[in-house]
Amino acid sequence: MHASDPLSPHAVSIIRIEPSHSWPSLGLHELWEYRELLYFFVWRDIKVRYKQTALGVAWAIIQPFFAMVVFSVFFGRLAKLPSDGIPYPIFSYAALVPWTFFANGLNHASNSLVGSAHLLTKVYFPRLMIPLCSVLSGLIDFILAFIVLLAMMFYYGITPTINILWLPLLLLLALISALGAGLWLSAMNVKYRDVRFILPFLTQLWLFVTPIVYPSSLLSELWRTLFGINPMAGVVEGFRWALLGKPQAPGPMIIISAVIALLLLVGGACYFRRMEKTFADIV
Amino acid sequence: MSDIAIRIGGLSKQYQLGKRRKTYNTLRDTLTDAVLFPFRRLGEYLSGESSAARARDNTIWALRDVSLEIKRGEAVGIIGRNGAGKSTLLKILSRIVEPTKGYAEIHGRVGSLLEVGTGFHPELTGRENIYLNGGILGMRRAEITEKFDEIVEFAEVGRFIDTPVKHYSSGMRMRLAFAVAAHLEPEILMIDEVLAVGDARFQKKCLNKMQDIGQQGRTVLFVSHNMPAITRLCMRTILLDGGTVLHDGPSSYVVGMYLNSGLGTTAAREWTDPTTAPGEEIARLRAVRVRTDSGQVTDTVDVRQSVGIEMEYDVLKPGYLVVPNFQFYNEDGVHAFSTHDIDLGWRRIPRPAGKYVSTVWIPGNLLSEGTLFVNAGCETVEPRIFQFWEREAVAFLVVDNLDGESARGDYGGQIKGVVRPLLKWDTRYNDARGNGPLLAAEDM
Repeated sequence: MHASDPLSPHAVSIIRIEPSHSWPSLGLHELWEYRELLYFFVWRDIKVRYKQTALGVAWAIIQPFFAMVVFSVFFGRLAKLPSDGIPYPIFSYAALVPWTFFANGLNHASNSLVGSAHLLTKVYFPRLMIPLCSVLSGLIDFILAFIVLLAMMFYYGITPTINILWLPLLLLLALISALGAGLWLSAMNVKYRDVRFILPFLTQLWLFVTPIVYPSSLLSELWRTLFGINPMAGVVEGFRWALLGKPQAPGPMIIISAVIALLLLVGGACYFRRMEKTFADIV
Repeated sequence: MSDIAIRIGGLSKQYQLGKRRKTYNTLRDTLTDAVLFPFRRLGEYLSGESSAARARDNTIWALRDVSLEIKRGEAVGIIGRNGAGKSTLLKILSRIVEPTKGYAEIHGRVGSLLEVGTGFHPELTGRENIYLNGGILGMRRAEITEKFDEIVEFAEVGRFIDTPVKHYSSGMRMRLAFAVAAHLEPEILMIDEVLAVGDARFQKKCLNKMQDIGQQGRTVLFVSHNMPAITRLCMRTILLDGGTVLHDGPSSYVVGMYLNSGLGTTAAREWTDPTTAPGEEIARLRAVRVRTDSGQVTDTVDVRQSVGIEMEYDVLKPGYLVVPNFQFYNEDGVHAFSTHDIDLGWRRIPRPAGKYVSTVWIPGNLLSEGTLFVNAGCETVEPRIFQFWEREAVAFLVVDNLDGESARGDYGGQIKGVVRPLLKWDTRYNDARGNGPLLAAEDM
């Protein structure tokens, strides 16, 4: 080997390949090593997401906005659901923005492995990156929808309080929830394509057990806190509190949501890593 | 620092038969399996068949107990017929699939190229795809930026670099993809049959580039059917068959062994020794050859020319209806078609003993481009007895030199399908209001 060869390794990394018997580690170190590829993947997803669509990036806004319009007419006007004294349109839209991020992230993540079969069978990289990238690339859509939310707040004359500083953490909670559930479903989807049929159905049910069209204040204090078992309940109520200035912080509910979301994520990552070695064989 | 790049010990990979065909289960299958399991166990118990025995029957060892040592800086060729375990070995070493048994130690950064253009996205431009593909192959962003101009120059795509790749011709796409791969600088490079693409001139350029890589002291593992490339690039070659190492030694020696042993797929195969020739009591195979319409043995056929597949065989016992047959598979393993001897002269006529040569003629403008593998078989009718069946007895390449007279017309891209007949097209026209008769182009 030439002395000038830039590849002359100071310390040669040795990789040992053998059948895995026990539960593998999460491989976070390796994930970090491959961070540039994660960046490439996210960048690709964002670039191609709205290619060859007539409305393009407007879809990021259309989805939550029209859901808000429909909900406002049917649930707000006709069914006269309470909205904690907040105008119903912004009450539901503030919930739909994180919800859309979550639901799209979950959907993309769950289908991500099967959609990347050509990569799984041809190159090696930490497989966790595929669902992770699907969730992350939804952040752009979130930002666009969020700008509309700010505009609506301005229209309704709502000034955000200092609580808005909590928003990034609440968004992280939504991301963790989407990724956690997405890891489970994506790994299952490789073996059981039933997941494809479960997904729309699951997302729809999840929408209604999350306080989006109704406030969680319909429930008693105790039940409301327990409602946090659905991590998205914590996210949605947290968003309303942080942005729309609801006086009482849904603290206990969010804590339960955060714990559940983390469990979902760690469990999902373990299951994913466990199934990972079979992906290329059966996808 | 040791001088070992790869050390493999007892490496084995087992596949469940049928798993590859039926690519995924549904939950329902698993549920019914769970419900039926106790009954099945009972059935096995009653019939005295253990489930372990059943499992054995349903599995195949793609790789069995392979042990190797590859030194730093060595260029090693891996050859063998389809299904010998070459790709499985590479996939295990690139950590795409996990071995069932054994271990492999890789000393250094690996770049593996199991396919050219992995992860190319048609909507992205050439420039963007260079970054994406480079990243997937394990290059850092700074590294790609540094080599960017070199890659573009190598790919010869020039001013199309900012055009979405979906508007590229297949040749351009291939060149771009290979250019990225060729600029990968891992310590260990693994390549699976990627040179079977592009025109001859570009292939040569790629081979030169790879030779440079070999001379820079990198370790190279190269799987290919292209024997001249193997002998040129690699000092050492490993011959795999049935998942095990059959030969391991200097390339010219091992490649020679492979070609002479009849393991390789070639334009002609002969069994000079009747005692080892495939066959049963009634008939015995002696040779299979691919011929052009002028009678030369060839492994390359123009898509427009007819090609003859010739089978030479001995009939040992008189008085049987003997039917030679061929099956044709393309390189994806798709069964293109089958054919058997329907020569009227011998139809329903018991044959006397002796030497026979039967040839089937495939007309020009029928086959697709690519390699066709031919299985040669023979059986008797009434009673139906198999005499021989030689898998991949011969293989030949169908090429289209793109001068516009074939079914391609003026189209330069990829055309799918196992056959590509030259068909008559008729297009007629009338004016926008739909008045008057439909006119052909020459009537206007």
